[in-house]
Amino acid sequence: MSVLVYAESSEGKFKKVALEATSYGKKVAEQLGTNLVVLTINVDDTSALNAYGTEKIISVQNDALQNLNSKIVADIINQVAKKENSEVIIIDSSTNGISLAPMVAVYLNAGYASNVMAAPSNTNPFTVKRKAFSSKAFNHTEIKTQVKVIGLAKNSFGLVVNETNATTEKFSPSLLESSIAVASIDKTVGKVTISDADIVVSGGRGLKGPENWGMVEELAEVLGAATACSKPVSDLGWRPHSEHVGQTGKPVSSNLYIALGISGAIQHLAGVNSSKVKVVVNTDAEAPFFKAADYGVVGDAFEVVPKLIEKLKKFKSSNA
Amino acid sequence: MKILVCISHVPDTTSKINFIEGDTKFDSNGVQFVINPYDEFALTRAMWFKEKQGATVTVINVGNAVTEPTLRKALAIGADDAIRVNAEATDGFFVAKQLAEVVKNGDYDIILAGKESIDYNGGMVPSMLAAILDYNFVNACVGLDVEDNSATIQREIDGGKKTLTANLPLIIGGQKGLVEEKDLRIPNMRGIMMARKKPLTVVEAVDFEATTVSASFEKPVQKGACKMVDADNLDELISLLHNEAKVI
Repeated sequence: MSVLVYAESSEGKFKKVALEATSYGKKVAEQLGTNLVVLTINVDDTSALNAYGTEKIISVQNDALQNLNSKIVADIINQVAKKENSEVIIIDSSTNGISLAPMVAVYLNAGYASNVMAAPSNTNPFTVKRKAFSSKAFNHTEIKTQVKVIGLAKNSFGLVVNETNATTEKFSPSLLESSIAVASIDKTVGKVTISDADIVVSGGRGLKGPENWGMVEELAEVLGAATACSKPVSDLGWRPHSEHVGQTGKPVSSNLYIALGISGAIQHLAGVNSSKVKVVVNTDAEAPFFKAADYGVVGDAFEVVPKLIEKLKKFKSSNA
Repeated sequence: MKILVCISHVPDTTSKINFIEGDTKFDSNGVQFVINPYDEFALTRAMWFKEKQGATVTVINVGNAVTEPTLRKALAIGADDAIRVNAEATDGFFVAKQLAEVVKNGDYDIILAGKESIDYNGGMVPSMLAAILDYNFVNACVGLDVEDNSATIQREIDGGKKTLTANLPLIIGGQKGLVEEKDLRIPNMRGIMMARKKPLTVVEAVDFEATTVSASFEKPVQKGACKMVDADNLDELISLLHNEAKVI
């Protein structure tokens, strides 16, 4: 028996969500009294996994897996899960993870719970707490099958240091055929993405026009944050759709979410509910966002943000 | 071209979320149900294929009779016919199994679904359907064009976009970008009248043992009041974020 984590990587480096999934996997392995096995694909230096409780690393190296196709990766996880006799398989909630976890569940004929936010409250029946209704409620789900697949919600369990000396085993899986071809990839490099960011700085219609986003970007840069926007801003074409956070846009589950000139429509809040700390800057003291926020500043973003940038720069240099 | 659009029947975003029977059941009393917004993007794209490329569009839902008004709304928007699989949608795996049965017998070229529903946000059904049927599958789809037997698909990835090509049949998990918000349609009176006469077929569910069971629900702890900081005292904000919230 074992617990298996698929540790997703990008350009040979583990994503933070992969290390979080590993931390979570260690906890579940302890609860079940078994070992933690971590599967990696095309990562040369897997040493980062040693800090989070990994006992065994299954390392797959194959140039054909450069463009991770969900079906092929899901089948590799399936092969490893069978080989390692895994009872619980844990997959993170990155864009790829969300696509492939349900496939793994079908291949293993396993019950699948997504958006899981805490360690199992019970291992028999196996019960996990999940986010539901855009984080307006939680659901306790029992997984009834022998093999279980868990989709771990981002930034929910956190990183738990647990030094180990993992053994590494190379594995050459058989690869399924796929007739989906990649024609091109258009990816911004060197910019923090909303899904990976610990901090997100977001602007709304209160910022009056796309020409005013310089200060949003500067604030984001000082904080090492990603930039985002409200729905009207992306609908007006001020910012790309990929920055729209909210109900039909991207969900944000960062540690800190800073909303500038966003009133806080219910659809927007549905997308940012999962962020741990929310700061709102708005001229209107009656804006609904203040009810959902942790810290609020009633003021004009055009005055507050430049001052905040200066003060944060000083803070950062004295705390460096 | 035959298109199947999977429609989830979900509480409107503005609904109050409450539970009954000892927090084991969702309280649907007074709740307005709508077409899942992600599915609505998929349906709207299907309408484009119907009007520009002569596709026929079938909508499907797994649910009991209370979901029929949601299917009728999809018909009023312009779908040609509807199928309801008569069973309570207990979990994603169950729903995917039911859909797979219909797809196997239906000869569809494209199966469109939203990438997730806004109630359980599970995001399970399109991927599971693809795995059960071994069909080509693209999730997080923000653009879809079809020519003859081949599709060109834009898929959102973390930090960018991928352009893919695939042969039909194809399963899509869609989101905004498939069409824009302004393209969404509100059914008009003529559409609503016509929808009443369009076929809505009810099929019985196939047996499939539940793999997961919802045990209970819980609401988040009411959060404390927002701490207000004076706009002239931003040092205090930084101090709170550093010392109290510990996020910077």
